[in-house]
Amino acid sequence: MKHLFFGGIHPKYNKEMSKTIPTVQAIEPKKLVIPMVQHIGAPCKPLVKVGDRVRKGQKIGDGEGLCVPVHASVSGRVAAIEPRPHVRGTDILSVVIENDFKNESVTMPIPESDDEILHAIREAGIVGMGGAAFPGNVKALGAMGNVDTLIANGCECEPYITADDTLLRTSPEQVLEGMRILRTLLSPQRTVLAVEDNKTEAIAALQRLLPSYPDIELSILPTRYPQGSEKQLIQAVTGRQVPPGQLPVKVGCAVFNVSTFAAIYRAVKLGTPLTERIVTVSGEAIAQPQNFLVPIGTSFHDLIEIAGGLHDKTERVIFGGPMMGAAQSDLAVPVIKATNSVLCLLKDVNGAAENPVCLRCGKCVSVCPMRLQPLYMYRFTNAGRVDELNRMNLLDCMECGSCAFTCPGKLPLVETFRKGKQMVREAQKK
Amino acid sequence: MKLTVASSPHIRGNFRTNRIMADVMIALTPALAVGVARFGRDALLLTLVSMASAVAAEWLYSVLTGKRNTTVDGSALVTGMLLAMTLPHTAPLWLAACGSVFAIVFVKCLCGGLGQNIFNPALAARAAMMVVYPVGLTRYMGIDGITAATPLHHMVMPALPGESVMEMFLGICPGSIGEISSLALIAGGVYLVCRKVISVRIPASYLGTMAVLTLVFSKTDAPIDWMLYSLFSGGVMLGAIFMATDYATSPAMPMGQIIYGIGCGALTVFFRYFGLFPEGVTYAILLMNALVWFIDRLTPIRRFGTVKGGDSK
Repeated sequence: MKHLFFGGIHPKYNKEMSKTIPTVQAIEPKKLVIPMVQHIGAPCKPLVKVGDRVRKGQKIGDGEGLCVPVHASVSGRVAAIEPRPHVRGTDILSVVIENDFKNESVTMPIPESDDEILHAIREAGIVGMGGAAFPGNVKALGAMGNVDTLIANGCECEPYITADDTLLRTSPEQVLEGMRILRTLLSPQRTVLAVEDNKTEAIAALQRLLPSYPDIELSILPTRYPQGSEKQLIQAVTGRQVPPGQLPVKVGCAVFNVSTFAAIYRAVKLGTPLTERIVTVSGEAIAQPQNFLVPIGTSFHDLIEIAGGLHDKTERVIFGGPMMGAAQSDLAVPVIKATNSVLCLLKDVNGAAENPVCLRCGKCVSVCPMRLQPLYMYRFTNAGRVDELNRMNLLDCMECGSCAFTCPGKLPLVETFRKGKQMVREAQKK
Repeated sequence: MKLTVASSPHIRGNFRTNRIMADVMIALTPALAVGVARFGRDALLLTLVSMASAVAAEWLYSVLTGKRNTTVDGSALVTGMLLAMTLPHTAPLWLAACGSVFAIVFVKCLCGGLGQNIFNPALAARAAMMVVYPVGLTRYMGIDGITAATPLHHMVMPALPGESVMEMFLGICPGSIGEISSLALIAGGVYLVCRKVISVRIPASYLGTMAVLTLVFSKTDAPIDWMLYSLFSGGVMLGAIFMATDYATSPAMPMGQIIYGIGCGALTVFFRYFGLFPEGVTYAILLMNALVWFIDRLTPIRRFGTVKGGDSK
């Protein structure tokens, strides 16, 4: 049965841009900056010293609690261990590695039992690669015995980005094998690979392989943003709504990004830790948009150089997509495990108004996938009314930007809601 | 290179204020065309004067108060056009000009401008004109150029008008410039719904409520005819499709829009049956305008994840 999530928008997708070069070019930067924080949870502590020789796949940082290790993504020498700029906007302790181009690597032992597989997922440093970067082993452990539906998220609903699409086109078997591993671990009733219907080549590639995977169903969803958002995807696939403040397990679902499944496959079957990923470099401001196979720790600057450099009138360089990505000021920031895209945009794409005016047209209400009331949340944030913001469930807002995208008055809605949430959280502390 | 660090989203859609206003004017064009075809050049001149005065008033207001010039958003043009639609073509030009200035300056700008006003500017101006100079708003003429009673005047008696239902639907009857042809107004409404400028909720609940009430409480022996005449006479279509759907003065919440439409429909019938004037659309919508924020506030919030059918397992 087909379901629809609430609201949503149809932005201009611009995905063809980065698909003119269909292959994935592997790159080998000279210097890599590997941050000790690439996941949600406690930071890693470096396990190496300046001057140490490291090999590709060697663990260079690990920690206690909610934490997964990080690995060297090339072989070489540790040149520095110091705080470096990070996509989160602050400097974060990082291990700087000089590449020796010898490409020596180490692998992990191949696991057999369930416990060993969970351990291997942790040791491989696997996090949610769709953007949230939640430790993969913790999510899988929480889902064991508690879910009836396992979902692979291949929606990639953000415009411009084609990283997951490229993975599904070029290595669909890695994703399907990864799904098979987690299916054995979680034993759900349904195992669903969800893609949006605009990925025709990926769908064709998957359909060729699916006869060998009778337990996996392919769900082709009508393209609409934000389909790839976890709660919205669960709604689209199962019709269930994750209650406010709860995790997908509450409604019997576990969702992992397709790249995460591929990484799980490589860790469990090949013994390879997560040290590289596909990254889309795209946008009107880049000379040659395309997808790269990028070692974690490669700087945005190096990636942009390889893609032909930036246009003179470049206004923004974004970590992630145009709807939810974070604009960067310093191109020295490195690609981390959750970086699916480096997006370079020109000046005129934004179209912010100098004098934003709310017409009360109500479009924001109709596109909100969380069923909120953006126009009133905007008003009450500006008026400082925390009581009203609570009544309107402002904290349910996931900042997908559908309202701001649609607003004819060009109100800075998402920006204002971040302030509003801050106000609500501060009031809760008191 | 200086990179901008600003909040997401980094792209925006092309749904713009002036596009919306242009669509409303396009949607009103068939009704205006019927009015001009029927009443001649005076109707067109009156409309143009009304629109020009509205824009001039908004521009002058921005100059005098030192505020930003907002005439480019096109909303003043729409207000002027809507106001003219409610006038008989015999109305003096100065009256239309004064009405537009009142609508823009007093009803809109002094309330804070676009999106901030509580009352529909065109209707509030019309209501004010009815008090100050009713003669100018009530001289309707038949096809032969002599003063004639509108179908609504017959219905007050109560009796069915002389025109056939089809004549009423097409606009072959006396009335205000933009209100006579239900067909042209519905065509405009369909255009606005297709362009996603308005949703069908307010017009449908407005007209649906009127249909039910006039059918049940028919004043003649032919309830279906009575219902059709009620819907096609006076300013009902213009009000339900173009006035009650004004963004600033109608609810933004989907459920609120339905409640509001029902309220407008019920009050229109109430005022027509028990009011001083034959028409009730203006006052029905203005009264509901006052309740808009209240309605939106009371509209139940169907929070994601707590909705019935949003089953947990």
